[in-house]
Amino acid sequence: MFDNLGQIVSSILEGLPVTVAATVGGVALTIVLAFTAGLAMLSKSRTIRFISRVYVEGFRGTSEVVQLFWIYFVLPALVGLQIIPLFAGILVLGFNHGAYGAEIVRGAVQSVPRAQYEGAIALNLGPADRMRRVILPQAVVEMLPPFNNLFIQLLKSTALLYFISAGEMTERGELLRPALPMSQLTVIYGVELLFYLLLAILITVVMRALERAGARRLGRRPPARRKVFASSAAGGA
Amino acid sequence: MDWDWQNAINALPLLAEGILVTVELTVLGSLLAYVLGLVFALIRQLRVPVLNQAVYLFVEGVRSTPLLIQVFVFFYLLQPALGIRLSAFVTGVIALGVHYATYTSEVYRAGIEAVPKGQWEAARALSIPRMRVWTGIILPQAVPRVLPALGNYTISMFKETPLLLAIGVVDVLNSAKEVGAETFRVIEPYTLAGVFFLLVSYPASILVRRLERRVGTV
Repeated sequence: MFDNLGQIVSSILEGLPVTVAATVGGVALTIVLAFTAGLAMLSKSRTIRFISRVYVEGFRGTSEVVQLFWIYFVLPALVGLQIIPLFAGILVLGFNHGAYGAEIVRGAVQSVPRAQYEGAIALNLGPADRMRRVILPQAVVEMLPPFNNLFIQLLKSTALLYFISAGEMTERGELLRPALPMSQLTVIYGVELLFYLLLAILITVVMRALERAGARRLGRRPPARRKVFASSAAGGA
Repeated sequence: MDWDWQNAINALPLLAEGILVTVELTVLGSLLAYVLGLVFALIRQLRVPVLNQAVYLFVEGVRSTPLLIQVFVFFYLLQPALGIRLSAFVTGVIALGVHYATYTSEVYRAGIEAVPKGQWEAARALSIPRMRVWTGIILPQAVPRVLPALGNYTISMFKETPLLLAIGVVDVLNSAKEVGAETFRVIEPYTLAGVFFLLVSYPASILVRRLERRVGTV
């Protein structure tokens, strides 16, 4: 029954590096955009606030799958430039989750107590130093748990790259499926689900370590040990 | 290639059919998620033996893996194994509903835990039957507070429905794809599909935020 099991597994695992690359690339772009747009939403300038608001609502409001189709099928028709699938995927994953991340950054920065700003001003720190040395180190620790959920959400979204044939795990499995009997579909999906689960746990473990390190640097008590599964709800509108 | 209004207008009738399907998927999927999520939450809260642990593992497993693969598993593996053949649409509704039930169950849990302990103690002091405590005291206080969160998940689900294209559901994105295949022009249909999602989800999220201010949040 499982005579070519090894072949099936290795064929799906060829997609693992692509899934990991899409996740890492997407996470990197998410962080950059989330901080840029999140801090821009707190800007004094009405124009900058407006632009960042348009980005955030635009990417949160239109579906991620539609964005993927748009960048992969429409953009080439518009500008005559075909983007390689993995790159298109990273762009969509980054821009989409960056919009959600911007709200996380904005919320965390706003949650830093008012007295911290006043203290920084009293110490004659300029706006840049105030943000970099006083506000952000405290805000970042608050951001880590919601970012954990966001990154897991992003990992799960890499499966959507199936639609643009980026060669990640889900697509590898679907390419095998038609040729295999029912009994071996269990292997395909079992392997896929297992690896997504492992990657999700890996993200959580890394984020928890960062959380503890961040709390320690602030001289706070590190958060208590929790289950490896991300606990609070992810997603949201 | 530039924007062509004529093509955009020609695409509308087909897109409208897809929009209807997308809305139906979202409404039916949400109803399933609201009901099933409450069932999951109650099983966990009442610590029903065996089922309690089973629900826990199911919820965590489903939440940590992609919806797209769950759709495939349900469509290509589970249904033949059970000897049933559901349409792509029904498959989509069930997959969306079950996937989001794992999220809504957490919402209900938070809502139930937010009911003050004194309510339980008072109910106990008055020796109100257990069933009546849930239906008459706890849930009526818990449910209004979870409505904004449920609304947010409906909006999320709405935006995830287009992935059902993978099993052939003719939603708004699939309709857009069809228009593109017929006219060899993809700009208008895909852009209109994106605009449709924005036009629904942005006002919806404002409504949810307003509801949040009225009833609070969990």
